[in-house]
Amino acid sequence: MTLRSLFIPITLLLVIAFLIGPFLIIVAASFSAGETLAFPPQGFSLRWIAKVFTVESFRASFGMSLFLAIGGTAAALILGIPASYALSRYKLPGAEIVRTIVSAPIIVPGIIVGLALLRYIVVPFQVGITLALFLAHTALVLPYAVRVVSASLDNLRSDIEEAAVLLGSSRLGAFFRVVMPNIRGGIMSAFILGFVTSFNQVPVSLFLSGPGVRTLPVDMIAYMEIVFDPSVAALSSLLAFLSIGIVFIAERFLGFSRYV
Amino acid sequence: MSDASYLSLEKLTLAYGDSVAVANLDLNIRKGELIALLGPSGCGKTTTMRAIAGLLAVKSGHVRLDGADITRVPANKRAVGLMFQSYALFPHLSVYENVAFGLKLKGMRGPELETKVESGLKSVGLSTFANRKPAELSGGQQQRVALARSMVMEPKVLLLDEPLSNLDARLRLEMRTELQRVQKETGVTMIFVTHDQAEALALADRIVVMKSGKIEQIGSPEDIYNRPTSSFVADFVGFENIFPLENGKMKTSAGLIDLSGKPPSAAGLAWRPRMVTLGTGPFQGTVRGTSFAGDSREYLLDSSFGPIKAEVEASQPAHALGDALAFDLPAEKAAPLSRFV
Ligand SMILES: Nc1ncnc2c1ncn2[C@@H]1O[C@H](COP(=O)(O)OP(=O)(O)O)[C@@H](O)[C@H]1O
Ligand SMILES: [Mg+2]
Repeated sequence: MTLRSLFIPITLLLVIAFLIGPFLIIVAASFSAGETLAFPPQGFSLRWIAKVFTVESFRASFGMSLFLAIGGTAAALILGIPASYALSRYKLPGAEIVRTIVSAPIIVPGIIVGLALLRYIVVPFQVGITLALFLAHTALVLPYAVRVVSASLDNLRSDIEEAAVLLGSSRLGAFFRVVMPNIRGGIMSAFILGFVTSFNQVPVSLFLSGPGVRTLPVDMIAYMEIVFDPSVAALSSLLAFLSIGIVFIAERFLGFSRYV
Repeated sequence: MSDASYLSLEKLTLAYGDSVAVANLDLNIRKGELIALLGPSGCGKTTTMRAIAGLLAVKSGHVRLDGADITRVPANKRAVGLMFQSYALFPHLSVYENVAFGLKLKGMRGPELETKVESGLKSVGLSTFANRKPAELSGGQQQRVALARSMVMEPKVLLLDEPLSNLDARLRLEMRTELQRVQKETGVTMIFVTHDQAEALALADRIVVMKSGKIEQIGSPEDIYNRPTSSFVADFVGFENIFPLENGKMKTSAGLIDLSGKPPSAAGLAWRPRMVTLGTGPFQGTVRGTSFAGDSREYLLDSSFGPIKAEVEASQPAHALGDALAFDLPAEKAAPLSRFV
């Protein structure tokens, strides 16, 4: 084998190592028996994994993150499904512009969104931190919801709605009877993508934290600044496996990757 | 309501924004009639159907059905069925549930619903497919489901948009028979759209020929086939030699030409290729093309006043390319046209 023919496989291996390597290091570190976050791990134990569940602030921030991921994504879908429907079914003037604006948060760095929210919404209007976080997460997930739901609407013929109307259904009834059931996969996929995006979101949430109100990733950063033990690694591993599990199930049952 | 106007369109004008697609259309349809809307692509057939169904708002004019003005009645309250060109079956529902959809909305439940759906499926020969999803059916079967789904609702009018155009030749003939049978059995008033004159002639009680958003001619298949009243209809149903008349003379690119025999008073005359006399007559032509069609042979002649198409029995001696031939356009055989466009 020549060096040339090895070039591609080696590059591929390096890329995979680069992507998965840090993850493997963190997983290994979470089973360490030592006192500090280190690689290679010193010995083997489950004590840090057990400790994660005893840290009070982790429990509170986990609850907050879960609330934001579920509530924010649900709100984004409640706004995003009708928006996607209007964008795909009516040839509205400026529909493309709306589509672009709605997708903007995917492109604009989260840190800018967070700063802008804090500076121009939260401070001047005295919005509570929890509400601000909820609004921010809704706004962050909205573009994903619109993109994924639009993709499944574009694959659905619109004449079935007219057929439903001619069989006696109202326009709104037709939406719930024949459109929703046929884009269910897209909606579930959007929900999962939104959930994971929201749950793992750091930059925006970083700007929006107050006494006792923090999302889990932000709380983890704060914890690490004070205590440098492997429990953060253990928590990261648990979250990573949770995400992988959700996406795996979604792919298995919904063909998730079709929509994303 | 007189018997002749179960469904009537009165001065119906339909538009997309500012562009008028159908203008001032008047049409009266009897109960139980099978009407074909015939015309080239873009002439407004689908637009007219959608307005009758209530899917398109009427710009001006009226739609009346069974004695009531339904111009402003919403589509879901009209009792008008429409079979879409694409069938528009609900992909997430089984064949059974597709057919049951409208009945359930009417509040039908239990054994009554079951009996009705099953007899609907039976009438299109799909009883054994009740549990399949639409995607698991052939195009022809999907269309039967769509037909059953519309028919179980017992619509006052059933509209069919190009019902045969997505089927292959064999299925097309089968479906044609099927539609005729359903129509005769149920007596439903049916309007179907087609751009295929053979289909319209074979199926319809009456044919409505449309052109650019207007009705060009209404008549029985015999009327349309034998007695077209305009050059457009004549051309559409296969009269290939069409000339305007001026002072009893045929107006051609080579000036006014005298016809043998006395022409009727009309705006124009039309001959099918079969009506052209070949071998004798006052005119001269040169054979520019010939094609053999089994029973007959077609010739394309070049004459001093333009190309002429003639058709003769294949048993007649054949002529070769370049042969000079005498021919006649007998005035008494021609279809007189009252409008020349
Ligand atoms: N949704 C639409 N928006 C604008 N114009 C349309 C629309 N649908 C049809 N038209 C126009 O209306 C005319 C009639 O169309 P249509 O009824 O679909 O014709 P047909 O069914 O006879 O082929 C055409 O000129 C077509 O371009
Ligand atoms: Mg059409």
